[in-house]
Amino acid sequence: MMNPGAIDMEIDDPRPVPEPTLLHASLDGAAKRVGIFSQPDLPLTDPSVLSAPTMLKVERLNLFYGEKQALDDINLQVARNSVTSFIGPSGCGKSTLLRCLNRMNDLIDDVRIQGRVMMGDTDIYAPGTDVIALRKRAGMVFQKSNPFPKSIFENVAYGLRIQGQGDRVVLEEAVERSLKGAGLWEEVKDRLKDSAQGLSGGQQQRLCIARALAVRPEIILMDEPCSALDPIATARVEELILELKREFTIVIVTHNMQQAARVSDHTAFFWMGKLIETGLTEKLFTNPGHRMTEDYITGRFG
Amino acid sequence: MRQFDQELKDLRDGILAMAGLAEEMIDLTSQALSERSRAKAEQVMAMDRSLDEWELKLDRLCVDLLALRSPAAGDLRLIASSLKIVPEIERIGDHCCNIARRATYVHPPILTGGLLERMGQETRGMVRWAVDAFIGSDAGLARTVINADDSVDELYGQIYRELLRLMMSDPLCIERASHLILVIKNWERIADQATNIAEEVLFILEGRSAKHAYLQSDSTE
Repeated sequence: MMNPGAIDMEIDDPRPVPEPTLLHASLDGAAKRVGIFSQPDLPLTDPSVLSAPTMLKVERLNLFYGEKQALDDINLQVARNSVTSFIGPSGCGKSTLLRCLNRMNDLIDDVRIQGRVMMGDTDIYAPGTDVIALRKRAGMVFQKSNPFPKSIFENVAYGLRIQGQGDRVVLEEAVERSLKGAGLWEEVKDRLKDSAQGLSGGQQQRLCIARALAVRPEIILMDEPCSALDPIATARVEELILELKREFTIVIVTHNMQQAARVSDHTAFFWMGKLIETGLTEKLFTNPGHRMTEDYITGRFG
Repeated sequence: MRQFDQELKDLRDGILAMAGLAEEMIDLTSQALSERSRAKAEQVMAMDRSLDEWELKLDRLCVDLLALRSPAAGDLRLIASSLKIVPEIERIGDHCCNIARRATYVHPPILTGGLLERMGQETRGMVRWAVDAFIGSDAGLARTVINADDSVDELYGQIYRELLRLMMSDPLCIERASHLILVIKNWERIADQATNIAEEVLFILEGRSAKHAYLQSDSTE
């Protein structure tokens, strides 16, 4: 549009000329997103992301179940205080990779792992690694909530008790802090001695998150944490994830792509054990760089 | 074909139908103007109703698709851009009506050299290219449209100055010249609409906004 002189002849256009709007707030919000996820060979890495502090670094990771290769040369980084989603079809390796991040795969027979996983400065697969201490740093929340057949209080205090903590005051403080962190305190503070199994499904899942928080982890690994929850309970857990990332680094496996889009800063798409594409979530869901990612997130896969 | 793919096809087909109507209205408008045809001018104004109906229908379809299909990636870009392309086409119809309404007031002609006809043809060409770029997913053609806008803007300035000169030299042509200023303003706006459509085509194809290049520092790249 142009104006050839001093006169603006917009007489025929009845619509008012809109005032320019300042977008600083939203642009600033986007710029502050700091998570990370990068695969060196792919040209999709946001350079600003590479300068953010790294919490997890996976290098040339291969995993075999017997003869079958389940993870194929995975390279990625996860930034501190970010949420990263792993998405992909069943059997793509996303849960297997999640379990590599706190060595849960050690519990499976006939597993062979090559490559390196760095948690901060620690090579978690180095000989002599204290696996119990490692799992304290990286807590896990599973698909199906799995409260122990104990009271609400004892469920949350369990991790500290097995570490030898017996001081009632310390335990009470930790239970309250963790239940508050998991957004459950107000609902259960008057019935901490009741059985955890009397809680609703959504409450049980938040109890499991509280149990993970009690031992003060740095990372929370979530394997489809909302797949058994109704939309209201799911929304509460998603809100919780967004609050928890201020203090923790979160990696979540999900089949719900809208959930990945809602909660995560970064998303990684896996297929047949390979990391196909990683990047900022908004980029991956609006303009993915790889045809397979596009086909998967638009439901045209296979 | 999946239901969702059929719905996306319905959306594209609807936009093509709208664009076809708009192109037809532009042709009729040019003819009404050059032939001083009241009948053709009235035909243009009658066709505008169809564009308005299409706009309502496609707006509803886009909102339904967003609400019910949770589109992502290329599908999301198509739907989001359609919500912007549809009103652009509808506005082209409005501008045609504005021009057609004046078809009988600009005669006998006061402009020489075929400038007015050239402006109409160039604008018509931009709309056709923008629609072809959408149909053929042709980013190169979309860029051609965006670049062509300067030429229409120059013609606008040239004719505008000529009309001012004519009005100053001959007060008897002031009424016709005033109508012509509004005619060229509407042609110029139609060219802007074609440019906006081309920018949306680039967004659909490339995932980056082609608007306001001077403001672009895309943090997601």
